[in-house]
Amino acid sequence: MQTIHASQVKPPFYRDERILGIISQVLIVVIVLGLGLFFFSNMISGLREKHSVAISFTFLSQGAGFDIGESLIEYSRERTYFRAFVVGLLNTFQVAFLGIVIATALGIVIGVMRLSTNFLISRIAAVYIEIFRNIPLLVLLIFWAQAVFLKLPRVAEAFVLPGPIFLSNRGIAIPWGIPTESWGTFLIVLVAGILLGAVVVYLLREQGKRTGRMPLVTLWFIVTVAAVGFVGWIVLPQPLTLEQPKLEGFNTQGGKILSQQFMALLSGLVIYTAAFIAEVVRAGIQSVSKGQREASTALGLTAGQTLRLIIFPQALRVIIPPLTSQYLNLTKNSSLAIAIGYPDLFAVAGNTILNQTGREIEMFTMIMGTYLSLSLLTSLLMNMYNKRIRLVER
Amino acid sequence: MTTAAGTPSDRSVLPITERYPLVGWLRRNLFSDVFNSLLTLAALAFIIVIARIFLRWVFFTAEWGVIPANFNLLMRGQYPAAEAWRLWLVIYLLGAVVGICWKLIVGQFSGAARVLIAIPFVLMLIPFFSMGSRLNLLITAVASGAGFFIAGYLPIQRRGRAAAYFLIAYLVVMLVLLRGLPGEEGPMPPVQPILWGGLLLSLLLAFFGITLSFPLGVLLALGRQSKLPAVRIMSVIYIEFIRGVPLISLLFMGQVMLQLFLPDGFPLVDRVLRALVAITLFSAAYTAENVRGGLQSIPRGQYEAAQAVGLSAYQSTIHIIMPQALRAVIPVLVGQFISLFKDTTLVALVGIFDLLGIARTIISNPDWLGTQQEVFIVVAVLFWIFSYTMSYASRRLERRLGVGER
Amino acid sequence: MKSMKGINRTGMILAMVVGMIIAACMSPDAGPEPVLSDEPAAPQPQEVQSTLSIVQERGKLVCIGNSQLPGFGFLDSEGNFSGFDVDYCRAIAAAIFGDANALEVRPATARERFTILSSGEGDVIIRNTTWTMSRDTDLGMNFGPTTFYDGQGLMVRKESGVVTLPDLEGASVCVITGTTTELNLADQFAAAGVNYEAVVFEDFDQSFTAYEEGRCDAVTTDKSSLVSRQTTLSAPADHVILEVTLSKEPLGPAVRHGDDQWFDLVNWVVYATMIAEEAGINSGNIDSFMGSEDPNIRKLLGLEGDFCSKVGIANSGCFVDVIKEVGNYAEIYNRNLGPETVFDLPRGLNSLYTDGGIIYAPPIR
Repeated sequence: MQTIHASQVKPPFYRDERILGIISQVLIVVIVLGLGLFFFSNMISGLREKHSVAISFTFLSQGAGFDIGESLIEYSRERTYFRAFVVGLLNTFQVAFLGIVIATALGIVIGVMRLSTNFLISRIAAVYIEIFRNIPLLVLLIFWAQAVFLKLPRVAEAFVLPGPIFLSNRGIAIPWGIPTESWGTFLIVLVAGILLGAVVVYLLREQGKRTGRMPLVTLWFIVTVAAVGFVGWIVLPQPLTLEQPKLEGFNTQGGKILSQQFMALLSGLVIYTAAFIAEVVRAGIQSVSKGQREASTALGLTAGQTLRLIIFPQALRVIIPPLTSQYLNLTKNSSLAIAIGYPDLFAVAGNTILNQTGREIEMFTMIMGTYLSLSLLTSLLMNMYNKRIRLVER
Repeated sequence: MTTAAGTPSDRSVLPITERYPLVGWLRRNLFSDVFNSLLTLAALAFIIVIARIFLRWVFFTAEWGVIPANFNLLMRGQYPAAEAWRLWLVIYLLGAVVGICWKLIVGQFSGAARVLIAIPFVLMLIPFFSMGSRLNLLITAVASGAGFFIAGYLPIQRRGRAAAYFLIAYLVVMLVLLRGLPGEEGPMPPVQPILWGGLLLSLLLAFFGITLSFPLGVLLALGRQSKLPAVRIMSVIYIEFIRGVPLISLLFMGQVMLQLFLPDGFPLVDRVLRALVAITLFSAAYTAENVRGGLQSIPRGQYEAAQAVGLSAYQSTIHIIMPQALRAVIPVLVGQFISLFKDTTLVALVGIFDLLGIARTIISNPDWLGTQQEVFIVVAVLFWIFSYTMSYASRRLERRLGVGER
Repeated sequence: MKSMKGINRTGMILAMVVGMIIAACMSPDAGPEPVLSDEPAAPQPQEVQSTLSIVQERGKLVCIGNSQLPGFGFLDSEGNFSGFDVDYCRAIAAAIFGDANALEVRPATARERFTILSSGEGDVIIRNTTWTMSRDTDLGMNFGPTTFYDGQGLMVRKESGVVTLPDLEGASVCVITGTTTELNLADQFAAAGVNYEAVVFEDFDQSFTAYEEGRCDAVTTDKSSLVSRQTTLSAPADHVILEVTLSKEPLGPAVRHGDDQWFDLVNWVVYATMIAEEAGINSGNIDSFMGSEDPNIRKLLGLEGDFCSKVGIANSGCFVDVIKEVGNYAEIYNRNLGPETVFDLPRGLNSLYTDGGIIYAPPIR
C-alpha cells in the first residue's frame, strides 16, 4: 500500500457509491422482475392445468346473453360482451360526472356555511362535516339504498310531485325531452353557437387587453351560446318533445327514470364527498389572508364581490390539488355500486361478465386499465387547469 | 345566568349587550343584521324539523329489539361464545398496555389521557351491553390505570424502546389469544380467522392494516425520493398504479386470483389474510404519498448538515430526516388511517363478515326483516365513534406537537 | 421527543415481526406440507395428493355451501350451518370420519364457488349448484348424482294477477348475478318477446329484500329456493309462484375434475341415502337391520363384501355412520323441506322412482 493523497484515492469498487448504486439497482430490478415472472408463470401453468384455457380477449366479441337494467346506449342480450363492458363504463361516467358536479356545489355551500359568522349555520355545517366524514362510504351507500330509497312508497302509491315527477322505491321518474328528426341539426347549430362563443370570448379578451378592463367573459360566452341555441330552437321544427312519465302497467313509462340504485349511489357519493370538499373549500378560503378581505372592504367592494373577485380566485389555487384527488376518489368510489346493484363498470365487468365467462385475468386487466387511465386523465386535465389558474394569477 | 356579570351599579351604564353576555353573544353571532337573523330562524326551523323526525323515529318508530338479539354477532361475529373470555382478556391487556405506554412515552396524565380512560366508562353507558360486559369494561379501565401506575416504578432507561417492546409483546400475546393453541381439546382451541367477525374483525383489520402498511409506505416514500432511477421508477409505478385503481378491485383480485399467482401446492392463504394483504398494499401507496409530502418539507440544509457531520445516508435518514418528516405529517397520516379503518368495510363485499357484513346477514334473517334502518344506523354510529375518536385525538396531538401552527 | 426516536427505529423491526407472526398464525390448519417436487432425496415418486388423503390428514371436510338459503344452507341463530345441502356435507363427513360434525362449511357466493373449489380451498361444492354442460367441461367440474331436481321459476305478488310470462310485460324482475338464472331469464323473456327491466343483485338477501319492498314485480330463481324464501317473507300468502318453469335445474354436489376416487366417494354417499330409503332403513331403525339376511342391505351396511374400501371408507360399517348420523334421503328431505317444516315442499320429482319420482340409485353389487 502506497500513501496517496486522500483526494486522489479511488475508493475500492465495493465502496464506490456509483458502482454500489448500479449493483443494488440491478439486484432490485432482478428481484422484482423475478418475482413478477414467478407469479406470472405460476398463473399461466395454473390456468392451463385447472381450466385448460389460455389468456385471450376473443371472448369479448361473443354474445353476452344477459340483460343490463339500465344503459345509456342501446343494449340487449344479443350484443357482445364488449358492448356490455362499454355500457358499464358509460354508467360509471354518468354517475361520476353528475356526482362531481353536485358534490362540488354542495361542498362549496357547506364550506362557506362552515365559515359563516352565524353561529347556528356554522354549527350545522360542522356537524354535517363531522358526521359524514367519519362514516364509511359503503355503510352510507347501503343505508341510502336499503333504508331510504327502498322504503319509499311502491310504484302504485308513488308520490307525485308537479311536473309530474313520480317518487317511488323504483326510483324517480321525471319528464324528459325525446329527440325528434331535427335533433341532429339542432346539435350542429349548438356546436356552431359554441364556436361563435369562442370567437366572442377571444375578441373580448383582445379588447380587454387594450382597454385594461376585463369584461365578464364567461357571461358573454353563455349569452352567445344561449342566443344561438334559442334561435335554432325557434327555427327548427321542435328538436325535442317533452315526454311526461305516467303510471302504466307495472312501472312508470316514458320520461326519464332515475332508478333507485342510481339515486342511492349518487346520493351516497354526493353526501360523502361533499363533506370532504367542504373541508377543502374551507381550508382554501382560510388560506387567503385576512388583510385581503379587509383591503377589499376598504376599497368599497361588497361582501359578494369580495368573495367572488378577491377570495375565490386566490383560494382556488389552494383548493384545486386536493379537489382533484376528491374527484378521483369519487370516481373510484363509484365502483362500490356493486353493493347496491347499480350496473357500473365494476359490477358489469368484474362481476357479471367475469362470472359468466370465468375470464379473471382478462377482465381484471381491462377494469384496472380503465380506472387507471381515468385517473391519469383526470389528474392530467386538472393539472392543466391548475397551471392555467396560476398563469392568470401572476 | 346572565345576572352574574358585574354589580348592579355597572349594569345601568353598560349597553344591553354587555350587561347581559348571553344577549351580546346572541346579537353578535346570530342576529347581527336582518339577513343574519333570517338565516338564524331558517337554521332553527331546519334543526327542529330534523330533530323532531329523528327523535320520533328513535323513540317511537324504531324497533330496537334487533340490536340486543344480535349484539354478540355484531361484536364478534361467529367467534365461539365459549371462547369469548379470550377476547376480553385481549381487551384488558390492551388497556394495560395503553396505560404503560402512555406513562413511558408521554409521562404525565394529560388531556388526551382523560379521553382514553373515559372510553371504557362511556362504553358502559351503551344500553345494549349486559352487566357482565360492563364489569369487563370496568376491569379494563382498572387495568389501564394499573398499567400507568406500575410503569412509573419500572427501572427503565430507554423508555421509548421499552414501550415498543411492550407493544410487540402485546401483539404476540393478542394473536396467540385470538388464534388459540393447537389441539382441539386444549385450554385454548384454535379459532379460524374466518370466524373472527363483527366489530372485532373490523378493528383487527384496521389495526394490522395500519401497522403493516406504515413501514411499507415509508420505504416506498424513500424509494420515490431515491437517487437510484430504477428504485425511483418502480416506486412511482407501484404508487401510481395502486392509487389509480379502486380498493374493491384489489380485494376481488386477492380473493379470486391470489391463489393463482402462487405455485401449485402452496398452502392456502386464509381469506381474511388475503383481504388484509389487499388492504395493506392499497394503504401503503397512500402512506407513501403522505410521507413524501413530509420528506419534501424538510429543508435541504438538514440533509447537508447531516452529511457535514459525517452521518451516512442511512444514518441521516433514520436520525435526522425521518423523525422530522413524520412529525410534519402526523395529522395527514391519522386522516389516512381513519380512511383505512372505514375502507375495511369493503371486505363485506368479498364475503367476509366484518361489522358491515354481519349487519347485512342480520337484516336478511327472517326474524328481523325490515330492520335495515335500525341495524345500519347502529353500524354507522359504531364506525363513527371510532373514526371520530381518532380524528379528535389527532387534533389534540397536533396541537400538542404544534404541527399545524405556523 | 427523545423517546419518539426509539419507536421510529424499532418500527421496522416491529412491523416485520408482526408480519411474520400474522402469517404464521393465519395460515389455516388445513393442508399438510406440500410435496416438494424438486427434493432430490425424496425417494417416492412425485404425485398429487388425493383429495381423500388431504381431507383425512386435515381431520375434517371443507364443504363449499350456501349461508343464505333457508332449508338448503343457512346460518341458524346459534351460528351453525344447517339445511338439505349441509346435511349432504354432513353425510360425506360421516362416511369418512364416522362423525358428521367433522365438517367446516365454507359459505360462498354463486360467483366464487367454482374458483374456491378449483383452488383447493374446499373439497366439494354442495350449494344448490346446477349441473350444466359448460360447468362439467369448461370449468373442470365433476357433478355427482342429482340430490334435488329443480327448475327455475318466478314469484310474483298475488294482487298483480300475473299468470303467464306475457303478463309480465314492462315489469321489473329481481335476479342474482353470475348464475344460470340470469341467462335463462334473458333467454326466456326474449323468446316470449316480453320487455322487462332486470334488477341484478349480488345475493339472495338483497334480491328478496328488494322484491319484498316492491322494488321488483317478480323475483326469479330455482323454484325450491322460491318456496324456501317465500316462507321468510312477511306475508307469504300474498305471493304466488308461477306455473311456468324457465329451465331444468338438477342440483347436486360437484367436485374437481381428475380425482376419481373422491368423485366415487361423493357419488356413493349420496346413492347410499337413496338406497337406504328404498330399503326402508333410517337412522332410528338401522340397528334392527344389522342382522338382516337381505344381501342388498348387508352390502349397504358393510356386512358383506368390501365395497366401501374401494371408495376409501373403512369397510367396517360402510354407510352405517351416514345413515345413523344423518339419515336416509327421506329423512334428510323431510327434516329440511318436508311437511314438518315451514316449507312443506311436496316431493314431486324428488320421490323415489317407486313412488312416481325420478330418485333412482344404482345398486351396490
